[in-house]
Parts: sequence; structure tokens; C-alpha cells
Amino acid sequence: MLNYSIRRLLLAIPTLIAISLIIFLLLDLAPSDPTANLPLTIPPEVREKIRQSLGLGDPIYIRYLLWCKQFFVNEPLNILEQWFGWGSGDRLRVLSWQTRSPVVDLIVERMPQTLWVVGMSYVVGVLIALPIGIISAYRQYSWFDQIGTFVSMVGFSVPTFFTGVLVIVIFSVWLGWFPSIYDTTHQVTDWESFLFQVRQMIMPVAVLALFNAAQISRFMRASMLDNLNQDYVRTARAKGLRERTVVMIHVLRNSLIPVVTVIALGVPQIFGGAIITEQVFKVNGLGQLLIISIQGGDLPTVQTLTFIFAVLIIVFNLVADVLYGILDPRIRYD
Amino acid sequence: MRVRTLLLGAAAAVAIAPAALAERGSDGEVKIIYWQAPSTMNPYLSGGTKELEAASLVVEPLARYDQDGNMVPWLAESVPTVDNGGVSADLTTINWKLKEGLLWSDGSPVTSADVVFTWKYCADPAGGCAQSEKYNDVTDVKAVDDLTVTVTFGVPKPFPYGPFVGAQAPIIQAAQFADCLGAKAPECTDANFGPMGTGPFRVTEFRPNDVISFEANPNYRDPDKPAFATVTFKGGGDTASAGRSVLETGEFDYAWNMQLAPDVLGAMEAAGKGTVVSAFGTLVERIMINLTDPSPALGDARSTKAHPHPFLSDPAVRQALSMAIDRALLVEIGYGAAGKPSCNVLPAPAIYKSTANDGCLVQDIEGAKKLLDDAGWVPGGDGIRAKDGVRLSILYQTSTNAVRQDFQALIKQWWSEIGVETELRNIDASVFFGGDPGSPDTFQKFFADVEMYANNFDGTDPEAYMANWECKQAPTPETQWQGNNMPRYCSEEYDALVAKMAQTGKLEERAELAKAMNDKLMQEYIMLPLVDRGRVSAHSNTLGGVVLNVWDSELWNVADWYRTKTQ
Repeated sequence: MLNYSIRRLLLAIPTLIAISLIIFLLLDLAPSDPTANLPLTIPPEVREKIRQSLGLGDPIYIRYLLWCKQFFVNEPLNILEQWFGWGSGDRLRVLSWQTRSPVVDLIVERMPQTLWVVGMSYVVGVLIALPIGIISAYRQYSWFDQIGTFVSMVGFSVPTFFTGVLVIVIFSVWLGWFPSIYDTTHQVTDWESFLFQVRQMIMPVAVLALFNAAQISRFMRASMLDNLNQDYVRTARAKGLRERTVVMIHVLRNSLIPVVTVIALGVPQIFGGAIITEQVFKVNGLGQLLIISIQGGDLPTVQTLTFIFAVLIIVFNLVADVLYGILDPRIRYD
Repeated sequence: MRVRTLLLGAAAAVAIAPAALAERGSDGEVKIIYWQAPSTMNPYLSGGTKELEAASLVVEPLARYDQDGNMVPWLAESVPTVDNGGVSADLTTINWKLKEGLLWSDGSPVTSADVVFTWKYCADPAGGCAQSEKYNDVTDVKAVDDLTVTVTFGVPKPFPYGPFVGAQAPIIQAAQFADCLGAKAPECTDANFGPMGTGPFRVTEFRPNDVISFEANPNYRDPDKPAFATVTFKGGGDTASAGRSVLETGEFDYAWNMQLAPDVLGAMEAAGKGTVVSAFGTLVERIMINLTDPSPALGDARSTKAHPHPFLSDPAVRQALSMAIDRALLVEIGYGAAGKPSCNVLPAPAIYKSTANDGCLVQDIEGAKKLLDDAGWVPGGDGIRAKDGVRLSILYQTSTNAVRQDFQALIKQWWSEIGVETELRNIDASVFFGGDPGSPDTFQKFFADVEMYANNFDGTDPEAYMANWECKQAPTPETQWQGNNMPRYCSEEYDALVAKMAQTGKLEERAELAKAMNDKLMQEYIMLPLVDRGRVSAHSNTLGGVVLNVWDSELWNVADWYRTKTQ
């Protein structure tokens, strides 16, 4: 397993370099202009100067190599130097064109709210989905299964920009229970502020959790159904095991194998943020950072963010494969 | 309506009384929401409106415009003019004198050196200063003494109020930005996110593209102001939710740029928590007419002066297109109280506004038909007019935006009534306005017959704006398609008027010239103005002191804002 992991990690390096080049080329060849959103009162000569000051006058391969140097060499070296106090650590970092500040700092600043809201919704979604999936499969075609199927269809097919605005209108505008705008500067210091944090997280987490739960509960249900009809289940029952043991130990464990990999593969999405939900609730996390960078033609930010997502996807693919091997002894990679 | 006005008046009268007694920081927190989030606090590094306005809480210019477009001294003692001797008779120098005793938020004095430095900062060619237009033709800025600076221009400047005037050109602190000149400018993240200022507030935390926290500036020049101790400036989301947070849930006190359908905004306002305010400036939604042939068959000569347009070069066709439009209906559907029909491309300030073209306010389909008949454009079998084999078939492009698409659909309908066929096209705003010479879809390339967008000018002086339609401003392949003269209009007479205005100092004469230019463009139907678009904002009913200003930052008088004690 270790050999396999190392081999996969080594293979990931050329893959990632190729991905970074493809992202760069795609972004560069797409029509976008960092000065496009400026007011029309700013004359073309000034726009041209702004573009030059952003380095857009250089040929494409120089800009790509510069990004590679800043991201792969300068950023890690700066961090190392600052940690160990070797040097000043002030090499030129990847700078966002919109904010003119280091992209990595922007990402670090936005990570907490994204992890809190999107991460929490994933956890909540999984916690809801598993029992629903199990019961739905066990009592297939019962009223619970029918309702579960209906809710997951709704969760899956109704977009978050609709459910998000709907819950805002109901719970913020009509009832006035929860704030409609997320306060990213809020700090949890005591019970009172913790309650506020919970109140401001409830709506975005609920909206996203519904969506996540819909997906995962269907996987869970299908996987349970596959296993419930297997011979070993009949054997277990024939041995006189309690029904609870049969379902919760024998069937559930085996059914979880594919579900766990699905859950692991979904983790990178958390870091990608939830572009629409973050916009609707003004969470202003990584998803919002990505979308405004795209709108603003902020290539270094888009490039860095999408590249980090690519890394996460590759890593969690590996994690899913390794987990699969651990959970299912029949699978061996070496 | 009258009762409501009276009530509002009464509320305002009650509200003013506590304001007079207010002291600094006594009114707690004010929460402002901009649905586009500011990326930086340095207006010189970003030309965007959202950044200018956020920065205007902190950094201030020598003079700015009030709500009527009058220039008022801000950090300067007075506005220099030729009459008071501040501007030299040959219009090449202007002397500014700072108010005495001004302090930066760190307690150090504001001196003429800061003013000189501000010019050096923006004029540095490697810095990519977004406001360098403001400092055009400045050859030197000299500190005469601690409080006086002299700005010298290379050419006579009849309107010498570009540098250091308005939200676009505030004074920054020399000590803070000393190491940030030229190519170094973007690397000074701390300074760009938290500039020292003279304004009523200072930055305590800046989260780019998200939220800014401010506190009252302890060294602000008026010891009783600002009334608010802190400001939370949230960014992001969309227009509707920003409006909702002020008008319906009351979570925020002030929301900027409420460009919403009139019925949506009206429904929100009916919740009774806030008020929608609007004011009109120079922003005009207009249809530009391509006087050159955009046919793809022409290759590199497409949309250039080499080939006049097959039918839009006929003034009768252009006039008919204008007559067929019902501008009042467009306003009603698209903008409500935030717009008014316009027949001028230069609608304000009042002294520049022409009344010669008001005939366009009334739609005249029959008149348009007759005009086309008389000009020899007769309907063919399919109802589309044609002459000598040229059909009146128009490609009409604009940026993607719900109101613009409504306008396109309505105008297409009216034009079809007069026998003109219209094909509609909309392009993402970042591409359309992007100016990328490699893209065929930019508004400069204008590979269409007509296009619609809105434009305005900074401040109150229209000289540079009216010069947009000089012959040499036409975008061409040779200029990388840069230029503002989208119709490719070319008239010696017009160019002469532009040249004359550049040498005329007297305000009344300048106004006459600007009006003449406007009338010439209107009467030749080079562009069809549609709507004079106002600024619309919303504020909570508990927020007092808001004076909406279209000529400067909307937050220009934030020092005077207060919490009303009624309610």
C-alpha cells in the first residue's frame, strides 16, 4: 500500500504540472480583461498602462514560468524562512490583480468561513443521509422510502439559488429569526457569540446540507439494497443473529465501502466552496473569491485557486483509493 | 403622498435636533452594504467605483463636488479661480492652499509635501495609476510653503480642477507610501489596504472583496464628528439581497446602487424599514449608430471609415429610428424613479443642458414611416423597407443585463413597425467592455449596426467627454481598436468646436460650446440617447444626514450621518 501511494504521488507531479499549464492556457486564451469592469470614464491609454503594470505585456511563456516560480519556489521558501527565521522571506509572491495582495493570503483569510459553512454542511449532510439511506433501503417502497425519495429528488433538483433565497425570505424577512447576511468578522468568544454564529450558519448550512444529503442518501440506499439480497445476509439470519446485528453490522459495513469513497471524493468540493450559496448568503469564502476573480479577469487568483483545487482532487482521489483498500481486504494494489 | 411627505418632513425636523447635539462616536455603528465588494482601499490602484467610494471614508481630495455639482473646498481653504488669483491669467498654473491644522489619522500634520507626493505617486509611469487621466498635462507640482502647492500645466487649462479634486484624486500620505512608487506600488499591501487619511474614519480591518471595518478618526478636523463610532462596510452578493437587507430586514443602514426593476424596489420599500433615494447625473443610456460598414466580407476594413454604412449613413434612416422609440415607456419599464427620458447625450449639469432636442420625447411612428417613404425606403414583400437592393436589417448588440434585453425587445418591436428588421445580440459585459483587441465582440470594434450602453463623465466638466466624438478618436485597427468615438463620427465643424472649447476659459462660453456640440450630435442622429439614469440608493429610516451625490462619492458627507432618535 505504501509503495502504491508513493508511486501515485510521484505520478501526480507531472499530472499537476500539465494541469497547471492547461489552466494557464485556458485562462489566457479566454477573452477577459482585468480592466473591463472599470468605469468607462477611464480612458484606453490608462487602461493599457494598467495592463502593462500587471505584466500583461510579457509573452505568455514568461508569464507562465513567472507564476510557476512564484507559486512553486517563492511561496514555499517564504513560508519556510518565516517559520525557521532563516531569512526575510520577502520574495515576490503571487499577487492578485484585483486586490494587489498575495493570493495565498486571500485564500488563508477565506478558508475559515468556507470550512465552517461548507464543511459543516457536508458533515450535516452525511449525518442525515446515512440513516435515511439505511432505513429507505431496509423498508423499500414504504412511506418512509417514498418520502425520502421525494425529499432527495427535491434536494437534488432544486438549485441552491432558489432554496437559498426562499429560506431568506421566510426566515429573515418574514419571521426575522436569522440574519440574511453572514458576518465574516464575527468571533466566537463566549456563549452569546457562539449562539450568534449558530444562527448565522443555520440557513446556508441547511440549504447546502439538503443538497449534499440528497446525493449521498441515494448512494447509501442503492448500496444497502445491493447487499441486503446477498447470500451472506441470508446466512447471518439463518444463524439466528438479531435483525439489528444483521443490518447494522453485516449489511451496513459492507454497504459503506462504496459510500465512503464517494464521500471522500466529495471532500475537495468543500474547499472549492459553494459558489452560489456563498453569494446568496454573503459568506464570502473561497467560492465567492473564485467567481469574482473570474468576473474581474484576475488571472493569478483564478489560476492559483483552480490549481489548488486540482491538487486537492488528486490527493482525495488517492485517499479514496487507499480507504477502499483498507476497508475492503479483497482489494490489493501491490 | 402629501401626508407621507409631511410625515417625513416632521421626522426629519425631529431628527435634526439631536444631530446638533451629537458628539463624536455617540451613535454607535453604521452598516453599509455594497453588492460589489471593494478590492483595495487605494483608489489609485483601482479605478472601480466601489473602491473609490470605500476609500472616500478615509482619504480626501483638496476640493470635491456637492450634491448640486458645485465645487466645494475640502482640504483646501478655498477653490482657486482666476478671479481670486488662485489660477494664473494664462490658465497654466493653479495655487492650492491647505486648511491649517489638518492632521493625518496617525496624528502627523498634513503638508504640501503630501500633495506633491500624491502627484508623483500617480504620475509614475510604471505604477499603472488608474487615475492618471486626472493628472494629464501636469508638468510640475511644487510646494511653495508648508501649506501651499502650485500645480503647473504644460498647456493652458481652462478647467484646471483635474488634479486633487473629487473622489478619484485624493491626497495620500507621503510617509506611508514613500517606498511604494512605480512598480513597487502593488507590493505595499499594508498601505494599500489601510491608507492613512484625513477623513472621518480610519481602517481597522480590511478583508479584500469581503468586509471593511472602520472606526472614527481621532484626529478628524471637526471634533464633534463623525457621529458614528464605527462603520461596517460589507461587500458582495447581489443587488436584490443588498436592497432586502436595508429595506426589508433592516440589517443594514445603507445600500449602494439599487439597480432593480421598479416594481421589485417598490415592493421592498413598502416594507417600511427604509427609503429609496435617487439623484441624476450625467449617465445616459444610449444607442450608438455605426456610420461605417460592419459587414464581415470587408475583412480588416470592417467597421472602419474606408466603407460608409450602406443605410445608416442616410440621416433620414437614423432619424426614423429615433422617432420610433417611446422613451417614456422604456423608463417606466426599466428604471422607474431611477430614470428619466433623455434627448441629450449631455443631460447635466443644468447649464450644459440643451432644450433644442426635446422633440424626441414623443414617439412618432407615423412620422418615422413618412420620413422613410420620402427618403425612398419602401417596404418590400416581407414588410422590410429597402432601396436599391439594400434592406433595412439591423444587428443590435449590447451587454448582457436584464433591463438592456427588455429594451432591445421593445425597440425591436417599434422598429419592426416602421419596417426595419432587427436582429438582437447580447454579450457578456466583461467581454463587451473588455477592450481586448483579439475579441470580435468588444464595443470598440462595433461589428454591428447599432449598440447600446451607458456612459458618463467624472465631475462636472464635459470637455473631455465631448471630445470623445472627435474624428481622431474613432477606434481603428491601427490604434488597436482603442478610442471612444464608437459611431466613427467625423466632422470638421465638430472638431473645431472641440478645439475651441480647449481654449475657452469662461464658463458661459464653455456651456454654449458644449451645448452646440451636443445639439450637433443629436440633430445628426449620430447617437440616440434613451434614458438619463440616476443613482439609486437605499437607506434605513433610522439613518439621517444622507445626501445622495452623483458628482462625487456617494459617501462624501458620511461625517454628517447620524442615527435618528425617533422610530
